[in-house]
Amino acid sequence: VSERVVIDPVTRIEGHLRIEVTAENEEITEAWSETTQFKGIEMVLQNRDPRDAWAFAQRICGVCTVVHAIASVRAVEHALGYSVPNAADLIRNLVLGSQMVQDHVIHFYHLHALDFVNVATVPEADVDAAVAAAVSLEPNYALNSVARFGAVKDQVTRILDSGQLSIFTNGYWDHPDYRLSPEVNLIAVSHYLDALTWQREIIRINTIFGGKNPHPNFLVGGMASAINMDNEITINQVKLNQVQGMIRQIIDFVENVYLPDVIAILGAYPDYLDIGQSSESYMALGKGGYNCAGYPTPPDGFRPGVMLDGKLEIIDLDMDKIQEYATSGWYRYTDGDVGLQPWVGETVPDYTGPTPPFEWLADNERYTWSKAPRYDGRAVQVGPMPRVLSAYVQGDAETRDDVDPILAQLGARPEQLNSTAGRILGRAIEAVEMARQLQRDFDALSTGIRAGDTQTFNPDKWEKSTWPDAAKGVGFAEVARGTLSHWVRVTDGKISNYQAVVPSTWNGCGRANGERGPYEEALVPHPLIRPEQPLEPLRTIHSFDPCQSCGIHVLDVTGSEVAWAKVQ
Amino acid sequence: VIIPDGDLWITGDETLGEHLDRRGVSRRRFLEYCGAVAGVLTAGPLLAGRAEAAITAETIAQSLSGMEKPVLVWLQLQECTGCMESVLRSGETTVEELILNLVSMDYNELLMAAAGEAADEALIEANKQPHILVVNGSVPLADDGAHCTIAGRSSESILRESAENAIAVFAVGACAHWGCVQASSPNPTQAVGVDSIITDKPVVNIAGCPPVPEVITASLVYTLANGAPPPVDGQGRPLFAYGDRIHDFCPKRGRFDAGQFVRTFDDEGARSGYCLYEVGCRGPDTFAPCPILRWNLSQDWPIGAGHPCIGCTEVGFYDRFTPFYEVLPDLAVPGTGVEADATTVGLVGLAAVGVGVAAHATATTLQERRAQKASEKVYLPLVGELPTQKRPLDSASGEDQK
Repeated sequence: VSERVVIDPVTRIEGHLRIEVTAENEEITEAWSETTQFKGIEMVLQNRDPRDAWAFAQRICGVCTVVHAIASVRAVEHALGYSVPNAADLIRNLVLGSQMVQDHVIHFYHLHALDFVNVATVPEADVDAAVAAAVSLEPNYALNSVARFGAVKDQVTRILDSGQLSIFTNGYWDHPDYRLSPEVNLIAVSHYLDALTWQREIIRINTIFGGKNPHPNFLVGGMASAINMDNEITINQVKLNQVQGMIRQIIDFVENVYLPDVIAILGAYPDYLDIGQSSESYMALGKGGYNCAGYPTPPDGFRPGVMLDGKLEIIDLDMDKIQEYATSGWYRYTDGDVGLQPWVGETVPDYTGPTPPFEWLADNERYTWSKAPRYDGRAVQVGPMPRVLSAYVQGDAETRDDVDPILAQLGARPEQLNSTAGRILGRAIEAVEMARQLQRDFDALSTGIRAGDTQTFNPDKWEKSTWPDAAKGVGFAEVARGTLSHWVRVTDGKISNYQAVVPSTWNGCGRANGERGPYEEALVPHPLIRPEQPLEPLRTIHSFDPCQSCGIHVLDVTGSEVAWAKVQ
Repeated sequence: VIIPDGDLWITGDETLGEHLDRRGVSRRRFLEYCGAVAGVLTAGPLLAGRAEAAITAETIAQSLSGMEKPVLVWLQLQECTGCMESVLRSGETTVEELILNLVSMDYNELLMAAAGEAADEALIEANKQPHILVVNGSVPLADDGAHCTIAGRSSESILRESAENAIAVFAVGACAHWGCVQASSPNPTQAVGVDSIITDKPVVNIAGCPPVPEVITASLVYTLANGAPPPVDGQGRPLFAYGDRIHDFCPKRGRFDAGQFVRTFDDEGARSGYCLYEVGCRGPDTFAPCPILRWNLSQDWPIGAGHPCIGCTEVGFYDRFTPFYEVLPDLAVPGTGVEADATTVGLVGLAAVGVGVAAHATATTLQERRAQKASEKVYLPLVGELPTQKRPLDSASGEDQK
């Protein structure tokens, strides 16, 4: 007998996501991905000063808090034909890269691990055995110690004994598919706490260049943090030394803790290399952290493009083939169910769902606040896994060196990266590669500064009088959850159209053009032993690192009859 | 019936049972309350490990009165999760100290293990108990609340249910405070802040987009330690964090007073660490602790890193303070400015800010400003509302809080 199962709220994500599935005989037979939040930031952006846009767009998301600001300033710079000094590019890369690695680590430990790690068994762990196991796995990590693990075990035991479980309340701790030993669970919980400390430390790279995190500051035309090695308050040797220290901390943690933990935990869940297979088309415009104004031209010969229909060969990006559909979203198009390229997009919100409270949305053709981006008509996966897979297919030496030994260890083939475990693995491998890239970008910045390359802002196009009467631009960035693009039109010095096509709409959208979105595709079919404890589908949904505030479609309001006179 | 009135039950000092005894809440009233709770409890956390035991008013009373930590319900409504991320960055008190040692955070979508129905049950159960309520996010009223639903319910209904038994309510972040970016013109979803919905009990607004992490955690710890939330200003913002303007404690204040300004980013002024007023700094009109506490383990702060303050702790900052890179307009909030003559404000007056942006822009040296302004009244850029002190919450009567 088919049963309806609703997961709402999907917790340990950013934003509001609802998953509805039908299940029969311990297997999911159909799935719907439903974004249940809409903010309308794009409508707010209408008629604003394009130099201010980043500070609005950034608030699309406070988790990937850097990425929308970067895509925004890139889009505006592309529209205005505005070039950015080399040092500012490198500083942006350092801010974005450090935030992305932090984001990957937080995702794994704080948002995903509890799908695999059973906290309730920690009191049974043998501390000495846990230390022995951790040291054999991660010999270079100082906090794999009897003192640390013992303290964590005591703390967790105290909470469980108190009966007040705090964030562990109502977890699925008696689910039969938790597989790790108490000792491995103890290691993971200890590293969960260590990662909290670590992320607070290393994110200060954002603070040094952007003033704060979340929501650091950016600037059209460069970065606001001036470099003067002979001044106390600017970027100087003290601050550069601090950044270098944090980059070492980043490399140390992702190489010596995060990646080994991921491999160890996935070792107990090898079937997840064959679970959660999703849409077999992929997009990657560069390695993690690559960002640009206009058509992407990533370094090192990386070919920006797509792989379609399961064929692992790169097809060069055609920006006109990026289109968005409103088939399953609560929006209305003038010409009905067609795909529209973002620069000529047209959207009016049109809620047709039931009045809350509601029980079930999926009977309706439209069931989400997300629009559905398609490439050449196809649903595509974006994110760390597609980027790693693309680099691997292109024969990138660093990626092959990183990926091959791990696949061998897990007994997996490259195409199995399209799976729940593969997406988790791709994220960890990418974090290690991005940590190395941070060091390279930092070295380039330092070398440049020594050679006198200290300009961080280009004043040439700052004044409105230098801008064209009408212009359009696009900014791309390969960010934590996948390919991000912001599309802007500037008319008479003001924004006349703003659109963001974001990773969590690519991955988390609903149906369009006769195809499920990637979250949906990954869940059909899918194991589900206990419908009241949907642990297995949560593993797969979390493997995409959902960020549903980002997934809210950003409207093009060009031609709308809404009066904007009150703006500004 | 067991909501304390200004005499909050304090972590660690006493169990809830001891507290109620001391407060004179009778055993019978407590059991009545627990009887009502019994109807909705299944095998929740309070009864973990003894699920086989019959759930009765008596067993619940036993569990509740043995509770050692206050329950914390932390909602995320229409928002971006930046405020929870900010909490993750708090140096002292850390998030792990807060949720593992000081309180039992029985509901928070970002961090909790449970999802779906199990999460929703945790919320319903926590709402039945006296709890501290923290809210991130605004409440969108358009389309009957369809712009932000959780478990199929509107943000407004979720908020109202959670506030009912709350002993203290904190609206954390600009969205919960007044609606932030989505409430900016034209406010497409009709987003409002928490205190537009919850009007029958005090709401403490922890302002900022996001707030400084330590201000969020300190507000909670203050409440746990003192048995009442901190005193607040006219906007409901705690005085310990929002009592003064950025400008009042800005380390670049000396540059401002001396007329040393950045004129363009990365110019000689910028490379000398000069004041950012002329490239748009909103510090003179923004009440916030940033220059004192600074951000991310006190590493630095926006002005320290060369970018002007955008005024994110102020209501309406996206409409009121944009375009961000133009000099703070002296008419941002007409008629609420502070007037003073140069002789009483000393050097500040000499800097002559705000006396017509055009006049200001033409004055290029301190000497010129001095000559120009010596004999006339100056209009300081203190255009925000001055904090009028609300009645401190700890003097609120029991009736106000039910």
